[in-house]
Amino acid sequence: MHAFRFDLTDLPPAAEALRAEVRDFLRAELKDRRRAERADSWGGFDPAFSRKVGARGWIGMTWPTRYGGHERSFLERYVVLEEMLAAGAPVGAHWVADRQSGPLLLRYGTEAQRERFLPAITRGELAFAIGMSEPDSGSDLASIRTRAERADGGYRVNGTKVWTSNAHRAQYLIALFRTQVVPDKKHEGLSQFLVDLAAPGITIRPIIDLGGAHHFNEVVFEDALIPEDLRVGGEGDGWKQVTTELAFERSGPERYLSSFALLLELVRREAERPSERGTVAVGRLVAHLATLRQMSLSVAGMLEAGLNPNLEAALVKDVGTAFEQETPEGVHALLDVEPEPGAGRGDLEEVLGYLVQRAPSFSLRGGTREILRGIIARGLGLR
Amino acid sequence: MSELGTLLADTVTRLFGDLVTKEALEAAEKGAWPEKLWRALEEGGLTLPLVPEAQGGAGGCWEDAEVVVRAAGRHAAPVPLAETIVAGWLLAGAGLEVPMGPLTLAPVRADESLRLARKGAALEGTATRVPWGARAGHVVALAEAGGRPTVALVAAGAARVTPGRNLALEPRDTLVFDGAPVLASAPAAAGLGPDALQVYGALVRAAQMAGALESVLEQAVRYAGERRQFGRAIGSFQAIQQQLAVLAGHVAAAGTAAAHAFRAADRRDPAFEVAAAKVRTGEAAGVGAAIAHAVHGALGFTYEHSLHFATRRLWSWRAEFGSESRWAVVLGRTVLTRGADLLWPDLTARGGA
Repeated sequence: MHAFRFDLTDLPPAAEALRAEVRDFLRAELKDRRRAERADSWGGFDPAFSRKVGARGWIGMTWPTRYGGHERSFLERYVVLEEMLAAGAPVGAHWVADRQSGPLLLRYGTEAQRERFLPAITRGELAFAIGMSEPDSGSDLASIRTRAERADGGYRVNGTKVWTSNAHRAQYLIALFRTQVVPDKKHEGLSQFLVDLAAPGITIRPIIDLGGAHHFNEVVFEDALIPEDLRVGGEGDGWKQVTTELAFERSGPERYLSSFALLLELVRREAERPSERGTVAVGRLVAHLATLRQMSLSVAGMLEAGLNPNLEAALVKDVGTAFEQETPEGVHALLDVEPEPGAGRGDLEEVLGYLVQRAPSFSLRGGTREILRGIIARGLGLR
Repeated sequence: MSELGTLLADTVTRLFGDLVTKEALEAAEKGAWPEKLWRALEEGGLTLPLVPEAQGGAGGCWEDAEVVVRAAGRHAAPVPLAETIVAGWLLAGAGLEVPMGPLTLAPVRADESLRLARKGAALEGTATRVPWGARAGHVVALAEAGGRPTVALVAAGAARVTPGRNLALEPRDTLVFDGAPVLASAPAAAGLGPDALQVYGALVRAAQMAGALESVLEQAVRYAGERRQFGRAIGSFQAIQQQLAVLAGHVAAAGTAAAHAFRAADRRDPAFEVAAAKVRTGEAAGVGAAIAHAVHGALGFTYEHSLHFATRRLWSWRAEFGSESRWAVVLGRTVLTRGADLLWPDLTARGGA
């Protein structure tokens, strides 16, 4: 009768023991990290930090040990992630590889690719970027035009990717290219590749976001050569693979904690002199937060059980990003503070200034709200 | 779900499916008491899931009870089942016998209180908005005696009644206890505070709302697939699909929030989780009912259509046993007292553990 279900997940004692370990680690590592920097959690890119996380065994946690993984449960991994994000740790240098690129290689990569890339990822030494969108292809991802044509020993690539986060500081990109043009069948003829971003024929240009930050880039391919053995999965299987990959990133704690740093500052300010309306607003936000955490944990539990909770994951992301975008609204409704574009009158003003400008991206990255709701509608049987 | 929970789910779904028909709901709104439904619920062991088997109950836990309460909300069962479940639990917890028949709770409003007089032999005071106050066989009151919350059992006929109703035309009566004889009383189970009726009343309303929201989503999706305009089912339009996706998000959140609160009730003082659940389900009720009506168009606005059995309940239940703002204050006060640095540790210590 119901298209979706969210059974509660109980975290095992091992996960809770791990939580204490992670907290101790973060307390020491982040003691000098400013509150406004913490608001930028998975936007923070710090290779030294990622190597320390890798040394603790907290990257590739669920992967087989023969690839450097630790064969721990999804729930233990979940606890590490939520602690990192709640503390505002700079996880950006291993985030994409741990969440998407590694799992993709585990599922579709060759043995040689796994042996070559996964151990380095688990050590926190290898950062990945994702090459999907193009100047004329955003939500309509299957319309991409960047061509990978057969050439001696591999493929010759021409075209442009955009919004490529961290391309300027990651070593590798996993990109979706068109290996074949099939008239009227745009989902066919797509393939995924591992791209060495330092290879000739690749130019990376910054795209500055509205807040003045450099996270994403334009990546231009001009006769760039990619060896055959860096194709991921079968030629022409790209669409199926890419939709699987996108499902990895919909339900984690990063889908409801992006504005957590602001909620903390709100609580800090309001606790000094609590007002009735402030108490109501904080209570309401915390009700949403507590519920979202259970929804997200529920999906983690289903993943652990080997289920395929695609609809549930899409729901978590849609509800979660709405909450993340509402948090700055809540602050404005409540307090007479002005957002500031950097250090100024206080942490609240700075964190608010940062998140107000970041918030529009929450319902764009990894698939827009409208596309996501289309996926939910399909899950409900409407299309 | 436990074995008992699964058994209860099957029984309750079959029973409500058979007996809570549109005709039965309309009759209940005109004041008829669905005796057949109630008897079937009692015979099926669904009215006292939390009472030990030795005392005639099912000997289950709150997570089992949630199955029954949520289903009652989904089917808009026009009986005080949620109230009876809480009342039976209170009586059994205080070591008192649980009478057969529908039970209700008093007082249900946070700004009202009842007193025991004549050395505990009589109940005094006024309770408004008491569910099925006139129709229930007994009232289970929580009154203060000697500085402790005390559970007192009173025959419903012992109160002076002024009838009232909520928007779903469920009885919400004013009961005046003027020396009403107390049939039995005992201190409430350890750990229960004077606000226990509010907390556990809000708990069951959250699950009822989660159930009603499931019904609302199901009806809206079905209608969107059947209703044709511009030559196709309206559910094929993106504008409708996007709205139903938003509704689904609220239904998912409401169900999760309610389930989380019931699990907490099995483990500890659930006031925090109940507060979160009442706030979250109440908000979902408002948005969910609005979207369901928008999708149903004018047809869903008629008495003829059955959507309103769910939506009028949602509009009523969100305000009963404490509104969203009242529970947000409870939650907000807890968080602000503890301070920003304990928000995350407290949250993770409570849920999923």
